[in-house]
Amino acid sequence: MANLTLSVNGQRRTVDVDPATPLLYVLRNDLDLHGPRFGCGLGQCGACTVLIGGTATRSCVTPVSAVKGEVTTLDGLAKDGKLHPVQQAWIDEQVPACGYCQNGQMLTAVSLLQRNPRPTDAQIREAMAPVLCRCFTYYRIQAAIKRAAGAAQTV
Amino acid sequence: MRIDDILETVSTPSRREFLKTSGRLVVGFTAAAHAAPLVPLAGAQTGAVQGAGPYPDPDFHQLDSWIVIHQDNTATFYVGKTDLGQGTGTAFRQIMSDELDMAFERTTCIMGHTDLTVDQGGSGGSDALQVDGWPMRRVAAEARRVLLDMGSTHFGVPVDRLAVSDGVITVKADPSKQVTYGELIGGRRFGVTLTGRNINETTGIATLKPVQEMKYVGTSPQRDDIPAKVNGTAKWAVDAKVPGMLHARNVKPPVAGASVVRIDESSVRGMPGFVAVVREGNYVAVVCEREEQAIAAARRLQVNWRTPATAPFPASEDLFAYMRGTKPTRTLDPQANGDIEAALAGAAVRLEAEYEVPFQGHTSIGPAHAMADPSNGQLTIYSNDMKSYGLRSGIAEFLGIPREKVRVLWLHGPQAYGRTAADDAGFEAAYLAQKLGRPVRVQWMRDEEHAWDTKGPAYLVKLRGGLDARGNLVALDYEARAADYCHLGYNEHDTVLIAQLTGRQRQEAAEGGASAPSDTYVVPNRRSLMHVVSLPLVWETPLRTGNLRDPNGPQATFAGESFIDELAAEAKVDPVEFRLRLLTGQMNGVGRVLSDLPDDAGFRRARSIACVKAAAEAYGWRPRPSPGPRGGGDLLAGRGFAYAYRNQTVVAQIAEVEVNRRTGRVWVKRLVCAHDCGLVVNPQALRHTVENAMLHSISRALHEEVTFDTEKVTTVDWRTSPTLTHLDTPERIDVVLVNGDPNPNRPDLPHYGAGEAACKPLIAAIANAIYDATGARIRRVPFRPQRVVAALEAVRV
Repeated sequence: MANLTLSVNGQRRTVDVDPATPLLYVLRNDLDLHGPRFGCGLGQCGACTVLIGGTATRSCVTPVSAVKGEVTTLDGLAKDGKLHPVQQAWIDEQVPACGYCQNGQMLTAVSLLQRNPRPTDAQIREAMAPVLCRCFTYYRIQAAIKRAAGAAQTV
Repeated sequence: MRIDDILETVSTPSRREFLKTSGRLVVGFTAAAHAAPLVPLAGAQTGAVQGAGPYPDPDFHQLDSWIVIHQDNTATFYVGKTDLGQGTGTAFRQIMSDELDMAFERTTCIMGHTDLTVDQGGSGGSDALQVDGWPMRRVAAEARRVLLDMGSTHFGVPVDRLAVSDGVITVKADPSKQVTYGELIGGRRFGVTLTGRNINETTGIATLKPVQEMKYVGTSPQRDDIPAKVNGTAKWAVDAKVPGMLHARNVKPPVAGASVVRIDESSVRGMPGFVAVVREGNYVAVVCEREEQAIAAARRLQVNWRTPATAPFPASEDLFAYMRGTKPTRTLDPQANGDIEAALAGAAVRLEAEYEVPFQGHTSIGPAHAMADPSNGQLTIYSNDMKSYGLRSGIAEFLGIPREKVRVLWLHGPQAYGRTAADDAGFEAAYLAQKLGRPVRVQWMRDEEHAWDTKGPAYLVKLRGGLDARGNLVALDYEARAADYCHLGYNEHDTVLIAQLTGRQRQEAAEGGASAPSDTYVVPNRRSLMHVVSLPLVWETPLRTGNLRDPNGPQATFAGESFIDELAAEAKVDPVEFRLRLLTGQMNGVGRVLSDLPDDAGFRRARSIACVKAAAEAYGWRPRPSPGPRGGGDLLAGRGFAYAYRNQTVVAQIAEVEVNRRTGRVWVKRLVCAHDCGLVVNPQALRHTVENAMLHSISRALHEEVTFDTEKVTTVDWRTSPTLTHLDTPERIDVVLVNGDPNPNRPDLPHYGAGEAACKPLIAAIANAIYDATGARIRRVPFRPQRVVAALEAVRV
């Protein structure tokens, strides 16, 4: 066990864990941030996604000791009580079914739109392909990303 | 934020107290507008809460068990269902708000907590509105009746001189005279006893509203579970945590039927956070203080297993040969009319084909999990299991403790489309918590979920058909074999996996079932014959079958509706036209007078015809036989049609595909679904449910197959087990909501189910579209690229 300090959702947090512990368990069990969820533990599905320095990262295969940079989880995506445009688009399009994977869908979309504010349909499909949904809400997710991209343009 | 901090302020004891104590005020509760369903999760750090059991069943004969009106003129509905992400909770609020005449925004709905909500069985069978919606409507109407009586007393005028809207009662003659529901009864009990032999028949004496007078039904308020799922505040079973909680992971047999010889506990004893190895029979789990410690210890634990002497099952590539050759364990009574053999013998053209559907799994995006807290001699299970009531009873039975000491709190969870491993995980958490005397959280790992979750049965279907000289279908013979012996029920104390592994399974395995396609075609000579077959190993096997969304429907309909298409192609008739002739009875003149047919069949048939026509119209279907003209490039385009009903819900679907003749990739580019489920409560939520159900079937059509060697499942993650991804998403989906009722304006138009029907025909529609595009008929699911390329080569495309 070792004391490690992370910057998460704008706050410095110190935890006493084995440095090899995947970030996912530290966020969920030590910091009580429940946005990221366990899906596969293999980096294959994306349910555990967080942003590290703005990049969508799979926290289930990221040792906590390897984290360099600000961690943003779904819990910290809204700013000053205002939902992120991607979150708002998710509500407007009524995207989630069960919702278990939507953390990863939203954060991957945020990461995509930061890199590419006006993605084409093909770019959306390509960028989102590694994030799985077993309620199969892909059609609405893609509509929401287009909506969020449009909203971002008008800001 | 800890889960306890975000919990609702409705405390469990006050609700239970309310149910048994007359005249008590309900404290600290306000129904916020657009609030997520409130979750009265016990703050377990306060022993008083957990110690407040026993947990008697809420009495469904008491109106107070269903509805509470608060002083601020808000209402809480308590229903015994669970919402798995299809908007049923919002729909319950809509139908109950309408019957109660309460503003929708001022209502909330609590679901699936066995000590707080009446036992409506949880979810399943797409029955939330079709079955359970009725008692919900009747109790809400009864509450309205009682409140109007109270208003009548309050103003001293007869009820018929009162008006009510959004929970405010007004004297018609003097609208300045108003009183709210909250002012009349807020926080106090109705004290009204209901009648009905069972919960589905629960009723008061009030009559229901005609559909035409409903204000919220038929509109699309946003789903109330979505904001919390988007902003991260939703309460999930996977988040449940209480002080002192331990983490467990299972150690599954490495091959099916293996038994434990020896466990070397010293292999993990010194590991950080190690608490215990728990073993009974072939059930093995490791328990640690922290989650990652439990994962590491479960991987490290040295267990010697004895492999069974004979192979538990054939390898997946030999499955259908095995199913063809083995003796059925059960043959269902055939459904038959006419003389099938004579009609086939006399037919001008005879067609025969065989279809194969492999085992397919739930493979939930979130592996099975649950947490159980045994504090104070009670047992509380936090679970996403869609049937929380059955989970409670099953666990009580399994552990040999009184039901009253057990409760299940239903929380959000991943993908519950049938009998998932959430059942198994709930029992495991309860077992470990009882064993260790501490709260235990268990979650399966990805490979466990993929290998050991329940499977939809594999199907082998042989179809024979006969056309007369004019291309009319005169004979149709369907014979299916389903690998479904020992089909698991829900939350059975003697079939859940831990019961099997600990040697406590029942003596006689369930005989299993098999289905025929559900259509209303008029065929003069028709037989449907179904058999069940068993794999060699019955118990302790990862190839265990259980309900998977629309159980048997996609398999049976893939075969049935593919074959109808083959017959239409043989007759050189447009596939929609061919089906309409079969539905209307024009073919053979058999159904010339539809009123001759039993009411129900006529009723379904009328709605079937309406859906088939509506789908064709929405698509812009131009009649021609399949296959269509083939283009010259790599991408071949085609369209396919299929239709089915499920209970009373009718669906007709069209898939438009693009087949890459070089790579074999199939893209379902466009979907149309005409859907008739009677009265539509929330059109937008319904459309999304239908869209998602269709995509589920695309995934099953194109990607999904459980593979195995002769001793273990080999699809163990998302690499070995492909699923639909964003790349497969159709470009356009049109869901057409149809009301094909012969009397469409009837005031009592029923609300039928919608969660599963749209899964049923689509695999066939896709196969039919591939044939239309290429002239190649694929009779084996899934339509993966290699299989498609092989099929194309066989017809030289």
